[in-house]
Amino acid sequence: MTETAQMPNVQLNLVGLSKNDYRGAPTTLCAGCGHNSISNQIIAAAYELNVVPEEMIKLSGIGCSSKSPAYFLNRSFGFNSLHGRMPSVATGAMFGDKRLRALAVSGDGDTTNIGMGQFKHIMRRNVPMVYIVENNGVYGLTKGQFSATAEKGLRLKYQGLNPFTPVDVVEEAMASGATFVARSFAGDANQVKALIKAALSHNGLAILDIISPCVTFNNEDDSRHSYGWGREHQEPLHDFTFVPREQEIQLDEFPEGTTKTVTMHDGATIVLKKLDREHDPTSRSAAMKLIEDARNEAVLLTGLIYVEPNQPSLTDVAELSTNRPLNRMTEADLRPDKSMIEKANAMMF
Amino acid sequence: MATPQVQEKQQPGTGKAVVNDFSMTVATKNGSGSQTSNLTLLRALFKMGIPVSGKNLFPSNIQGLPTWYTIRVSKKGYLARRAEHEIVVAMNEDTFIEDLASVAPGGAFYYGDHLKFEVNRTDISVYSFPAKKFAKDSTAPATLRDYVANMAYVGVLAHMLEIDMSKIREALEYHFDGKEKPIAINMGVIEAAYEWAKTNLTKTDPFRVEAMDETKGFIMADGNTAGALGSIFGGVQFMAWYPITPASSLAEGVSQNIAKFRDKEGQDGKTYGIVQAEDELAAIGMAVGAGWSGLRSLTSTSGPGISLMTEFVGLAAYAEIPVVIWDIQRVGPSTGLPTRTSQGDIISTYFLGHGDTKHIMLLPGSASECFEFGWKSFDIAERMQTPVFVMSDLDLGMNTWMTKPFEYPNTPMDRGKILWEEDLEKLSDWQRYKDVDGDGIPYRTAPGNKHARSAWFARGTGHNDNAKYSERSEDWEKNMARLKHKFETAANYMPKPEILDNGNKVGIISYGSTHEAILEASDYLAENGMETDYLRLRAVPFTNEVKDFIEKHERVYVVEMNRDGQMNMILRLEYPEHTMKLISLAKHDGMPLTANWVKEAVELQEK
Repeated sequence: MTETAQMPNVQLNLVGLSKNDYRGAPTTLCAGCGHNSISNQIIAAAYELNVVPEEMIKLSGIGCSSKSPAYFLNRSFGFNSLHGRMPSVATGAMFGDKRLRALAVSGDGDTTNIGMGQFKHIMRRNVPMVYIVENNGVYGLTKGQFSATAEKGLRLKYQGLNPFTPVDVVEEAMASGATFVARSFAGDANQVKALIKAALSHNGLAILDIISPCVTFNNEDDSRHSYGWGREHQEPLHDFTFVPREQEIQLDEFPEGTTKTVTMHDGATIVLKKLDREHDPTSRSAAMKLIEDARNEAVLLTGLIYVEPNQPSLTDVAELSTNRPLNRMTEADLRPDKSMIEKANAMMF
Repeated sequence: MATPQVQEKQQPGTGKAVVNDFSMTVATKNGSGSQTSNLTLLRALFKMGIPVSGKNLFPSNIQGLPTWYTIRVSKKGYLARRAEHEIVVAMNEDTFIEDLASVAPGGAFYYGDHLKFEVNRTDISVYSFPAKKFAKDSTAPATLRDYVANMAYVGVLAHMLEIDMSKIREALEYHFDGKEKPIAINMGVIEAAYEWAKTNLTKTDPFRVEAMDETKGFIMADGNTAGALGSIFGGVQFMAWYPITPASSLAEGVSQNIAKFRDKEGQDGKTYGIVQAEDELAAIGMAVGAGWSGLRSLTSTSGPGISLMTEFVGLAAYAEIPVVIWDIQRVGPSTGLPTRTSQGDIISTYFLGHGDTKHIMLLPGSASECFEFGWKSFDIAERMQTPVFVMSDLDLGMNTWMTKPFEYPNTPMDRGKILWEEDLEKLSDWQRYKDVDGDGIPYRTAPGNKHARSAWFARGTGHNDNAKYSERSEDWEKNMARLKHKFETAANYMPKPEILDNGNKVGIISYGSTHEAILEASDYLAENGMETDYLRLRAVPFTNEVKDFIEKHERVYVVEMNRDGQMNMILRLEYPEHTMKLISLAKHDGMPLTANWVKEAVELQEK
């Protein structure tokens, strides 16, 4: 909570803040934890997008991943809530001031084990926020139990063999009507950052399933959530470029016929350059097929899987003002006039 | 059960008329549309100026199971349920035999002649009437005939009890919101039945009504609608809820009425948000999120929902987030007795959470007090920065009560210690959990505050004054001591108890929907030579008046509707020096309390 010291030679962004203004407390997670690299990309994305930290809120549930909001955006309001219940807190919090952006961090246990119900419902309601699942297939804080995203056949030191079918975060998101669905890999910092930026432009629930290896409990090379497996099997879907609203798009940089652009609700643009595989992220059926293909081919397909930029968000549906936040309203706005008491009594008999 | 207290035994056709002093029960099937008929009777009697109360004793079912509606008229103004009834209207073959047996000697039994039973009682007046005929002969569409058929007993009773037909019309006009067609159809059935009774029935029982002037200055309202309207006047900004009997009608009362009171022509956006959550965990989670973001936030539920909300309530207490939670208490978990009334959540709610938690509970004793606590609860929650529970129950929440009109809030909104940009600008130092004023209540900020020193990090785990993560023992102990002090401070903001004190030796303490039964029982006790004083609790933590009342009396009976005397336990915890004076009188049969039970329970102790 310190104001920027105006040091010479410190690079400032368009809102006059240095990267330091976006940092948090020093991390207490393990050295090499994928979550730390994601925190760094959140800091970089917010800095580069010229986000005013006070205009953003950060939320989390419980677990290693959910500790991480303490490690970025110190000047943003934060809420480290209950295990599996971040979505409900975020849903209520978004009514306070419609102008605020929200970024929430959860883990695979927090989301797909204890929190599956709230996870599904927050997508149904299209709550306008970024929902990052830092997915490592394992419980860290309670020391190495399987989570629901652990692959069938995974063997862990103290737990033995996992005999159960895993939950696929992006597949669940698609099934629940999410309007922005992406997958990434903590080892691919540039892609993580670009996707976070695009997600922050989305007027609705943006789910980012980021494979974020746990170096302590689940990082053997043959594990689907390890650095080794990710590096070996990651296949980006597109060459992904996010162009903020303020910036001009130079489409002629891209060879004709190989790019697709998606205009976001706030005027920003996503430019997708085709790589090896055809994928149209505005097609729901293509997205569902892609998820199935990735599973069958045992490949970590990363990038934007699905986007539907123009669905109304929860706060749109609730008809909240964009000019006057609900939490700034006063007695004059909120308490009916004295004459209305007669109306209340007349409603009775 | 006790013998009838108020009425003298009568033989059919003998004795003098009993005017405005009896109970009447209508036995029907759930979902048969009888509620409209019952409310029509209740409202017509109210409009005649006669003190009246109505209680729906219904099963957990949509259609087919037995349901009873009991109406009490009382010239003395007694509104509690009586266990006995002098008049029974039987419309349900499944309960015919027990309904017949339940009529008090000297009473009257009405039944639809489609019910083919032998009526073998000679100590009561018996009337049968062609219940289906009038609907069949009416202009009602075939699909609605079964529903309007119940208006037959309204017409028959109107004649036999001398209920003013113009008041019945007024009741229908209200019920159908002035829509001529349904009013005409229903009134047609009632009038036909009235005329039939006039020609075909000879009255042999003594019970009838007569216009009085005792309901002026009252309205008829249920506690849940009253609480909903109170919340709207309290400026509710966010509500999340999950359906549960008997609480749903409170949330629905908000969602169905808020636009009428709060939407203004040309207004930029709504002044509230409402979400029907996927369960109670999510409902309270959303309400806590909204409270954190600076909104007047509300959820409503019943006991099973309260238990699901436990973890969040604990978090909100420790993170110091205001939220209002209505508990419309019912009996038991799961299928239990979900449509029966209870005061069984008192202990569990008081201590809800983990570690050391105690919560503010407001205890409305009437529908108009539900309105009052509807708005007041937000002031207290925001002032104290903590969850506030409003402990109502099924009887108060769902039944229609004669009650004082709702009064406009007599104090301006209290938003508590919240700081915005200009406030922070004036302060060189602000720390989220620092006790600056010595009352245990810190200052808070809400998301959206753009001041560079406004942000703080909410968490349930240990924190220091500056809301930083801390596992230091000293920080934890200091914070817990402050929270305790804050709870003591809360007593200063609680509604004070209502006290009737004439310097007697014996006192009664009670709360909530038992109020009417206590007032009536006090009269009966006095008639038998025992004067008592009465304190009605309106909130926990207790104010000094409660302690003074206990100190002044030799014996204090704590009357409530649960098994273990839960409020009595809290009183004993708070005032251990008076443990021996506090005597628990607890009743838990799922039914609204009767004055006779209270009177007999006190007399048994005093013998």
